Amino acid sequence: MFDLTDKCALVTGASGGIGSAIAKALAAMGAKVALSGTRREALDAVAAEIGAAHPGRACVVPANLSDPAATDRLAAEAEAALGRIDILVNNAGLTRDGLAMRMKDDDWQTVIDVNLTAAFRLTRAVMRGMMKRRFGRVIAISSVVGVTGNPGQANYAASKAGLIGMSKALAQELASRGITVNCVAPGMIETAMTGVLNEEQRQRMFASIPAGRFGSPEDVAAAVAFLAAEEAAYVTGQTIHVNGGMAMI
Amino acid sequence: MSDVAERVKKIVVEHLGVEEDKVTENASFIDDLGADSLDTVELVMAFEEEFGIEIPDDAAEKILTVKDAISFITKAEG
Repeated sequence: MFDLTDKCALVTGASGGIGSAIAKALAAMGAKVALSGTRREALDAVAAEIGAAHPGRACVVPANLSDPAATDRLAAEAEAALGRIDILVNNAGLTRDGLAMRMKDDDWQTVIDVNLTAAFRLTRAVMRGMMKRRFGRVIAISSVVGVTGNPGQANYAASKAGLIGMSKALAQELASRGITVNCVAPGMIETAMTGVLNEEQRQRMFASIPAGRFGSPEDVAAAVAFLAAEEAAYVTGQTIHVNGGMAMI
Repeated sequence: MSDVAERVKKIVVEHLGVEEDKVTENASFIDDLGADSLDTVELVMAFEEEFGIEIPDDAAEKILTVKDAISFITKAEG
């Protein structure tokens, strides 16, 4: 239904479960996708998979987003590789969970730096080209806990709530230039991040999710694909919750 | 007309998509040439790029007309 032929996208955290599903979905819709992340081999594997199905639609641009200089370099490298960036998916994220009483400064800062600050820096770097071309799609992967909170995740929840507030501000700044800025907020999704839960924890989570199961990375990718499409031009400053009904906001 | 004025006007015409004869020295970017706040930021960044200079925020705020831009850049270059 949605067509992204000739569009160029940069996806951060593209070696992870959700990031790779997003990259594959955008490529399947016709976009050329630059895959970023810290794990070169894993990125190469995703790129090879995309390349096998859609030759020439994936390239790899590794970067460590905890390093501001590397973040700035990434925007330039991705633009050089693709020619331009029409779609930016700020998906990279990490957790350093712990109750606030025991949370180290470094655990707070690292999560804010990678999940929120890098997203801002990347968005700032690509918005100029988008403004000139009068088209852009900036999509941040937030989280249900950015809205509901979660004990042990003060840092992560703050970073994910920060993405929502930032996106609303940027949406207002950039709407007149044909650039939309939105968030997708996944709930419990089957990825490495939720893979650490044991069976008892999973069963307890299922009880609080009306859908009775965790979502798939593809469920999240579908929401991103919609927001990336031309057809979503009038949707901006919004958060699409993909959580099986776990929280209805 | 100086070289700086020439180049400034060319940038304004390109960025704002206005007729060249409207870009007089006294023309205000916002009031006469239809720029919005984002346009003025874009213009300042374009001037910085074209002339290889840095225009601090407090100076940028005072660049309201074509003449303001030309005189700031002439000083910065000199």
